Amino acid sequence: MTTMDPTVEGALGDKPTDETEPKGNHAPGMSRVCETTGFTVDLTAQKFIQLNAVAAVVCLLIGGIAALLVALTRWPAVHLLPAEWYYRMVTLHGLSMLILWIIFFEIAVLYFAGTVLLKSRLASGTVAWVSFLMMVVGGGMVAAMVLTGKADVMFTSYAPLRAHHLYYLGVILFAVGTLIGVINFFATIYIAKRDKTYKGSVPLVVFGAITAAIIAVATLLHGAAIFVPTWLWSIGVIPNMDAAVYRLVFWGLGHPSQQINVAAMVSVWYLLSAITVGGKVLNQAVSRTAFLFYILFINLASAHHLLVDPGVSAGWKIWNTSYAMYLAVLASMIHGYTVPASVEVALRRQGHNKGLFGWLGAAPWRNPGFSGFFLSLLIFGFIGGITGVTLGTEQINIIAHNTLRIPGHFHSTVVGGTTLAFMALTYYVVPLIFRREYPLRAVCRLQPYVFALGIVLVSFGMSFAGSYGVSRRHWDIEFTGATHSAGYDPSVHVWLALVGVGGIIAFTGLLMYVLTTVMAVFFGKKVEGKMLAW
Amino acid sequence: MAEPEQKHPLQKLLDNPWALLALGVLLPIISYTVWGLVELQNLKPALLP
Amino acid sequence: MGIQAPPADWFKAPSGTERAWIGLALLWCIVLTLAMPYWHFKGKQNSTGEAYAVEPAKFGARVQSFVASNKVDEKGGIPVVEPAPGGDAYVQAQMWTWYPILKLRKGQTYRLHLSAMDIQHGFSLLPINMNFQVLPGYDHVLTITPTMTGEFPIICNEFCGIGHHQMTGKIIVTE
Repeated sequence: MTTMDPTVEGALGDKPTDETEPKGNHAPGMSRVCETTGFTVDLTAQKFIQLNAVAAVVCLLIGGIAALLVALTRWPAVHLLPAEWYYRMVTLHGLSMLILWIIFFEIAVLYFAGTVLLKSRLASGTVAWVSFLMMVVGGGMVAAMVLTGKADVMFTSYAPLRAHHLYYLGVILFAVGTLIGVINFFATIYIAKRDKTYKGSVPLVVFGAITAAIIAVATLLHGAAIFVPTWLWSIGVIPNMDAAVYRLVFWGLGHPSQQINVAAMVSVWYLLSAITVGGKVLNQAVSRTAFLFYILFINLASAHHLLVDPGVSAGWKIWNTSYAMYLAVLASMIHGYTVPASVEVALRRQGHNKGLFGWLGAAPWRNPGFSGFFLSLLIFGFIGGITGVTLGTEQINIIAHNTLRIPGHFHSTVVGGTTLAFMALTYYVVPLIFRREYPLRAVCRLQPYVFALGIVLVSFGMSFAGSYGVSRRHWDIEFTGATHSAGYDPSVHVWLALVGVGGIIAFTGLLMYVLTTVMAVFFGKKVEGKMLAW
Repeated sequence: MAEPEQKHPLQKLLDNPWALLALGVLLPIISYTVWGLVELQNLKPALLP
Repeated sequence: MGIQAPPADWFKAPSGTERAWIGLALLWCIVLTLAMPYWHFKGKQNSTGEAYAVEPAKFGARVQSFVASNKVDEKGGIPVVEPAPGGDAYVQAQMWTWYPILKLRKGQTYRLHLSAMDIQHGFSLLPINMNFQVLPGYDHVLTITPTMTGEFPIICNEFCGIGHHQMTGKIIVTE
């Protein structure tokens, strides 16, 4: 006999009964009503959520294997890969994770938010196919070029370092495919409003998804602006690619692409707060205005990649990195308050009122959807946010630029933050969208903790090694064979060993996630959308 | 209950994804990209004393 | 909740601890915003971002004439060059070496010109750890005053190909 997970069913609260229920705009037979939540699920959207989610997890596995190999190489006592393959794996790892895994998953999140939460059909299944296939082919081209040694250029591919032209074409294909998916999402928002499938303003999670989609458009326009000329340069049509122009425009793609992640992650936090504990939004206007600050200002902070660059002025650096960015920092500080506050209020309402933190102890820590979400909040907020704002100042950047402090920072944000939040969400996607039961539930319960521990150790190890000046993307801290000797404080061996050990633990957590998800999706018992208790 | 005609301008903006899209694309392009490109374009040639 | 359409009157001002928190956070952001330009002018370690456009060949030629007129020694096949105090020093980055070695005097101020001959490189001076981007086509000028004597390695921390991890240089500082 299976026990139902009471939180999801009870968590939705009472729908207002004094208003007429808006009608969906689905074609007959093209939707189903979720047995657990009562939401109407468009079957076309469901198919593409599934396709994009599966593609995402495949890319996560590839990126994860590359990560393990890289971590075991930076651990000096192990120094696993030879130089050429180390640099190649760093490139593959960056691309698979920062672009492929995370963007495939975000398209799935957009399709979910625009349809299920608005009771709307997806604007176009054909457009969704075009988008998906372009992303798969583009991603495949990129991976193939890297693995065959034709694109040893890092995720940043800084000109005049040059890759094979098919590499740039693959990136362009993936980016255009993504843009088409984003347009499909906006079209869905449009028809939902037109067909009156919801009343009043969109739900907050949808508003957060819209924020992510807007940032995605700004990202992808910069992507086209830099990769099309770079591709033309790689085939000899354009004679020169200026290094500073490349950096400026590339980071107009590169940084905002990670801000899509922030907006999507925060939306997922609100979503998970609602379905794990029944968390309500404290103040809709406050949360939405915080997302507005993301929309207006967060992309200006791309300037922090150029703080020690020649060419752009101190005024440009200070304005873009500071004033406007601090409004985006304010937005993060707001979400960092309202999201855990919503959890606290919900748990206190359930009766867990003992002392200051009794509610926290009584939270559903056995539910990986909750533990992953809350750990993501803590890691992103404390480690990620603080290191990021610190590194993004002119003076500290002089000390930190291109050292391991930089990846130390962004592993706590993109990985400990966004990736962990997406993993947590998957524990609902599988039973409710794929409608399969998870096997090995003990492994699922442990997974977020293992992954979080590993990533925190990696982040700390990198940050401390980097504070001694250890370079990122660098194969040999002993500088063997160099003309002039160089080296670091011997303690960096300890910090880099921590990166290695943390990498093994994080990889284990990643494998736990991938294996349980694959087993559930392909071999799990069909459960018709019922959620089991954890 | 607030009636639609009395919507606060901020709420009107928040409820308008198209306005948000326009602002979210234009602001970073102007403040970060265009301004940066103009500065790079206007760099003086090196004197190399 | 966040997954449902909000009630029609959702546009409300914050209250209570939420309002207090927003006020505190906003105050903190204002402090940070003012601190950045303040420290730009008051802090001791700042780059004004002085930079010029230059053709790699021209920069390379200037480096050669700098070496020719100021060379005092050689280490590991690389010339050691002593610029005039208060004067200009030139260092080029090239796959995979920093050229030449500089010999500087403690307490003197120099204008260090950095540029790359081929692709992007990362100037990273150890162990203080100061890092600046070095780009082909750009003369990146740093006004520096050594405050300690010794031999300081320069490494490259911008990926520049298979010899990246062997790319080193040196700055020597004497009394």
